[in-house]
Amino acid sequence: MDNTNRMVLEFESRSQNESFARTVVAAFAATMDPTLEELADIKTAVSEAVTNCIIHGYPDKIGIITMRCSISGDEITVEVEDNGVGIEDINKAMEPLYTTRPDLERSGMGFSFMEAFMDELEVESVVGEGTLVRMRKRIGKEAIKGYTQHTG
Amino acid sequence: MQDSKRYYKPDVRTGKEGTSYEIYQRCLIIRLNDELDHHNAVKIREQSDKLIDRNHIKYIIFDFSGTDFMDSAGIGVIMGRYKKLVFIGGKIAVANVSSAIDRILRLSGLYKIIEKYDTVEAALQSFI
Repeated sequence: MDNTNRMVLEFESRSQNESFARTVVAAFAATMDPTLEELADIKTAVSEAVTNCIIHGYPDKIGIITMRCSISGDEITVEVEDNGVGIEDINKAMEPLYTTRPDLERSGMGFSFMEAFMDELEVESVVGEGTLVRMRKRIGKEAIKGYTQHTG
Repeated sequence: MQDSKRYYKPDVRTGKEGTSYEIYQRCLIIRLNDELDHHNAVKIREQSDKLIDRNHIKYIIFDFSGTDFMDSAGIGVIMGRYKKLVFIGGKIAVANVSSAIDRILRLSGLYKIIEKYDTVEAALQSFI
C-alpha cells in the first residue's frame, strides 16, 4: 500500500491541548476515509492518553508531551509519550475503575476506553522517566461508509 | 450603568466555557455546549456544584444537544454529581445524546444509575 504518512507533534501538558491533540489526530487520519464512528473512537482514545500525561505524568508541572502518528495502509498508529513520573504498576493502572486521583473525579476508565476504542494498546513506563502509550487501529473494518460525507 | 444595580443577579448563569445552566424548580439543566473532556470538566464541575448547593437541586438533566464529544472525564462529572444527589433521593438524566456519546455512556455502565430521554422536556416531565 502506498498510503503511508507520519507526523510528530510536541506540545505542553496544558489541559486546553487535549482538544488540540485529538483534533490534530482526527485531521491526520482523515485521509484514511474513516467513518464518523472510527474518528470518534480515535479522538476519545487520544483524549484519554493525553489527559493521563497531563494529570498523572506531570502532576505538579508543565512538561512536554510528544505525539507520533503514522499511517500504514489501513492502519493508524498513535504514540503518546511523556517524560513524567512514570507508572509503578501498569497492570493495576489499567484495571477498570482504578484511579489514583479520585479527588479529581477521575473515573478510572481511561485505559479501558483506549482498549475498547482501539484495536491494540501497549503501555511502556519507567518510574521517574516517563510513559509511552502506543495504540493501533485499523480503519475500514465496518462495511458501511459514507456517513462522514453526509454530516461533514 | 447605574441602573444595573437594581436588577437581581439571576441564578442562571452562563459559564465561561459556553455551557449554560437553567434551573426549573429543583431541577438543574446543564446545557453542554463544549466538548466534555478533562479541560472543560473542571469548570463544569465547579459551576454546577455551586448551583446545586445554592438552589437545593434534586434533579439534574445533562443536555448534550450542543456537543458531540465526551471522554472518561465526562463520566467523572456525571458520577460525581450522582454521588451528591443520591443521598437526598435525587436523580440524573441525559438528553439529546449522540451515538458517539451514547456508546461512551453504555460502555461505562452509567445507564445503570442514570436515565436517558430523547428531549430535555421529557426528562423534566418525569422529574417534576
